[in-house]
Amino acid sequence: MPSAAIQKNLDIAAIREQFPVLNREVKGRPLVYFDNAATSQKPQEVIDALVNYYSNYNANIHRGIHTLAEEATAAFEETRDAVQQFIHSPSREQIIFTRGTTEGINLVAYTWGRQNIKSGDEIIISAMEHHSNIVPWQILCEEKGAILKIIPINDAGELLMDAYRKLLGPRTKLVSVVHASNVLGTINPVKQIIELAHAAGAVVLVDGAQSAVHMDIDVQEMDCDFFAFSAHKIYGPTGVGILYGKKKILESMPVFMGGGEMIKEVTFAKTTYNDLPYKFEAGTPNIADTIAFKTALQFLKNTGKEKIRKHEHELLLYATNRLEQIPGLRIIGRAREKVSVISFVIENAHPQDIGILLDNRGIAVRTGHHCAEPLMQRFNIPGTIRASFAVYNTKEEVDELVSGLQKAIKMLS
Amino acid sequence: MISEERTIAETAKEIVEEFALFDSWDDKYEYIIDLGKKLPPLEDKFKLDENKVKGCQSTVWLASDFKDGKVFFKADSDAMIVKGLISMLIRVLSGHSPDEILNDKLGFIQEIGMTTHLAQTRSNGLLSMVKQMKHFALAYKIKNGSLPERL
Repeated sequence: MPSAAIQKNLDIAAIREQFPVLNREVKGRPLVYFDNAATSQKPQEVIDALVNYYSNYNANIHRGIHTLAEEATAAFEETRDAVQQFIHSPSREQIIFTRGTTEGINLVAYTWGRQNIKSGDEIIISAMEHHSNIVPWQILCEEKGAILKIIPINDAGELLMDAYRKLLGPRTKLVSVVHASNVLGTINPVKQIIELAHAAGAVVLVDGAQSAVHMDIDVQEMDCDFFAFSAHKIYGPTGVGILYGKKKILESMPVFMGGGEMIKEVTFAKTTYNDLPYKFEAGTPNIADTIAFKTALQFLKNTGKEKIRKHEHELLLYATNRLEQIPGLRIIGRAREKVSVISFVIENAHPQDIGILLDNRGIAVRTGHHCAEPLMQRFNIPGTIRASFAVYNTKEEVDELVSGLQKAIKMLS
Repeated sequence: MISEERTIAETAKEIVEEFALFDSWDDKYEYIIDLGKKLPPLEDKFKLDENKVKGCQSTVWLASDFKDGKVFFKADSDAMIVKGLISMLIRVLSGHSPDEILNDKLGFIQEIGMTTHLAQTRSNGLLSMVKQMKHFALAYKIKNGSLPERL
């Protein structure tokens, strides 16, 4: 930590060299990758960790007594330790590996939700949720006759906390909110949200899909009951997610899927389930990608999250400033606290057209509703163009985006 | 725009030749955008849910009419490039018999590089437009009494 504080700025050129995909060209131009909120690129060391696993110690874990199985098991469990540190979980048993944030949320909905939500109970989410944090609760509400309530937002894209206070009541059983919006970039005051929910006797799940890569996550300080996030947005491989839960709650929860790994003893009369975290990890997990995720977390640690955040914030301010100068461009999401995500619309130009024309210049952005259709309806727009920044992005790339947009607007007008 | 004398293949060949004149993708897109701008807007009465084509990031409306054994298409979109692509599809397919429409493989889309240049998700939108046009042709054919050979 102290050495990181002394070092001033990141050497972005050196960081870029660690990401092989950044060397490629798209449509005859150097790739400008601004779709990091969808998934980040992977550094060479993460790719090497995958290759190393398959080349040298590929084996199924936890059961084998041979050397390869022991090595693979040790490496797999080391990632659990690394994740425990990463989010400051009180114990490693509270780190459950899933396929991604979506599966983590569904796990809670299908286990804790089915056990605890009754007819007439209320679940609160916000107006800026990803479909992954809407649909599982809709399914649950429909099944149980429970009620889904929505925290509204203001035009800047911030939660209306007074409205939230009013939504909380004796029937509120769960509050499930996004930590940072994938569309607006808004960082929500989760600590306050959790405090209020707990005072009302509700359990809180925080969707950390967008926040985990940018912010320091301390689940104990936050006091959330569940925290779900994905490895692939944190420079790690796809197909790995993490669900953190408070121990008491996780222990009281019924199992999610039945199969191998999650059992203690099976007879045809009765099966006893394994302890945490294995109780929720049925079947052979995604061993290779989970192992390589540890390398991604090391990359983040070695580079310095604080320095990355500073760099990304500078890019966000620079991009906001430059984009604002484009006539007809309107930024969607003006929250005071934002992660490095910037969404916008352009007068008389469909986001899809802009996306195609930017791609034609090698610039990768996201266009559309970003799996947040209710949020699009709130702003009365069909979709947005979204640029999201990672550690390897530069101001020069933002300039490329700006000139690409100017050219696209000219072509479309 | 509707080429009654020309076959589908001839019009498609014409488009391929036009595209061969462009040096850059910028020029091709400029041309497609221009086609989109020139496509007459669809009257609101046709902008019905049943005329919406699914599979596009943007909204596409496709309406059809059957006259003298021939199918005529009208379409619109809120996105300009898609509109340009529709304009080309209409130019190729409109004014032909259901059989001609059903039998054509529309290889020209690939020949002008549209399937490879447009990302999969977007060309899916293009493919669903083609599919919808063929559905209309099939519906008119069945309605007209003669069942298609392959059913």
